[in-house]
Amino acid sequence: MQIIPLYNSLELQLFKADTNTALALPYIEQGINAGFPSPADDFLDISIDLNKELIQNKDATYFARVNGNSMIDAGINDGDLLIIDKSIKPSNGKAAVCFIDGEFTIKWLNITKDVIWLTPANKNFKPIKVTKDNDFLIFGIITYIIKKPLSCSP
Amino acid sequence: MFALVDCNNFYASCERAFNPALEGKPIVVLSNNDGCVIARSNEAKAVGVPMGAAAFQFKELFIQHKISVFSSNYALYGDMSNRVMNILATFCPDMEIYSIDEAFLQFNGFELFDYTTYGIKMSQTVKQWTGIPVSIGFAPTKGLSKIANKIAKKFPKETNTVYVIDSEEKRIKALKWTKIEDVWGIGFQHAKRLQNVGVKTAYDFTQLPDDWVRKHLSVVGLRLKRELEGIPTLALDEVKKKKAIATTRSFDKNYTQFAQLKERVSTFAVTCSEKLRKQQSCCNLVMVFVHTNGHRKDLPQYSRSIVIKTNYPTNSSIEIIKLANKGLEAIFKAGYSYKKAGVIVMGITPDSATQLNLFVKEHPKHKQLMHVMDKLNNNIGQKKLKFACQDMGRTWKMNQEKLSPRYTTRLDEVITISV
Repeated sequence: MQIIPLYNSLELQLFKADTNTALALPYIEQGINAGFPSPADDFLDISIDLNKELIQNKDATYFARVNGNSMIDAGINDGDLLIIDKSIKPSNGKAAVCFIDGEFTIKWLNITKDVIWLTPANKNFKPIKVTKDNDFLIFGIITYIIKKPLSCSP
Repeated sequence: MFALVDCNNFYASCERAFNPALEGKPIVVLSNNDGCVIARSNEAKAVGVPMGAAAFQFKELFIQHKISVFSSNYALYGDMSNRVMNILATFCPDMEIYSIDEAFLQFNGFELFDYTTYGIKMSQTVKQWTGIPVSIGFAPTKGLSKIANKIAKKFPKETNTVYVIDSEEKRIKALKWTKIEDVWGIGFQHAKRLQNVGVKTAYDFTQLPDDWVRKHLSVVGLRLKRELEGIPTLALDEVKKKKAIATTRSFDKNYTQFAQLKERVSTFAVTCSEKLRKQQSCCNLVMVFVHTNGHRKDLPQYSRSIVIKTNYPTNSSIEIIKLANKGLEAIFKAGYSYKKAGVIVMGITPDSATQLNLFVKEHPKHKQLMHVMDKLNNNIGQKKLKFACQDMGRTWKMNQEKLSPRYTTRLDEVITISV
């Protein structure tokens, strides 16, 4: 077994976050008579707008809060905020917000010819079989999970 | 070709979009302060809840039929409406948003499209992306598209939510099916007069001589007749500035004191002024009204309104408060329990073209002051900056006992999913 230094495996790139929803344009402060121009001015980039990065279709995008543990292996934990896109076509393997017999739930989709299996991402839970007799609806597909990092006790 | 897209039972559908368990169950939505029924699902219509029914009179019926009752959640409905309109705009560039849940579309250069197929795609996309069901009527005129829409809504299974009037045969069939009182633009009085001369359907109406229609229903009626004949006379309307702005409320309890009403009327005046400034216009008339509770037959009844002309076109909250209070002083009578009051500003003109008055003019600092107030209130939100005549406490909160969460506009109110 080989121990890989953490920083080498994680390619960290730092960007400036944009909290404004408007398109942010670069601001160049360098005046005309201000001496030697900053060499960085030529490389100013538009800052990042998370609305654009995380939301492809704003009119079909909704948010939801997670309550429960059946999807922890999919990285979906209690208290996380989910971004859901209703315009994405459901397909196998996608984590979806489903509505079954009066309750919302989140599961991996496994669509076969006659039935749909809702697979949990936690071995302590059993898959749910959906047939024609169930009151079933796929609300939307999860596109992103927003969460705070877990901290360790020193 | 025009199309009218109308959301089916819009408010009820918004509630269902985030609560699919309500599918197929009766729902009603109540007005501000939970006063009366302003929206019903088909199931609630079927058990006999009338439009505008006073909520307290129907309490038992609600329980008996297990009707889900909601306070109006305009933050949610407004956001869902925006989504629907944005989606429609991707299908057709020419759109007139007619109300919160209706839009006219004009299809120029779509001759090679099959409207039924295209319409079904529109309706399915809106349903998929928002959960809101819509009906779509296509026709050569706006007037006929209203009728085509009614047919689509009435027969969702047969039409697949879309109906196209594209032949003379379909037009006549649709007109014969439409009762005269259901025709867009025919009010109650006109409908009665027309029924008296034997006009029962929209088709009968189109058979009347032009002269008769012009004489009895004016040129507006004649235009409508042309529309129903399939000759386009109405174009898409540009976004219009409002002709009057009203802020009116029923109170959660009865008020007997002048001071209580004065506070309310001042606050309504402030809201009207803010709306005027938002659409960059001024008003020339301020109307104030008060009335007692008409349902309390045991109490003495009184209602009165007054219209006051402003000295010059204004949108200053300070001026409009002054005038509204002057009006209230004139109509207030002690000894009554008031249930409702309102302020309506009328005679609206653009603030860029105001007629000056030779003798009096607006205080030059008002404009600046209002600008600063609006800016601060927009930034802080929640109308934190108020006038001294307004209540500083939060005792005036609307009565909204059955309010659903603002699922789409508040991060702390998004849907919670148990997994």
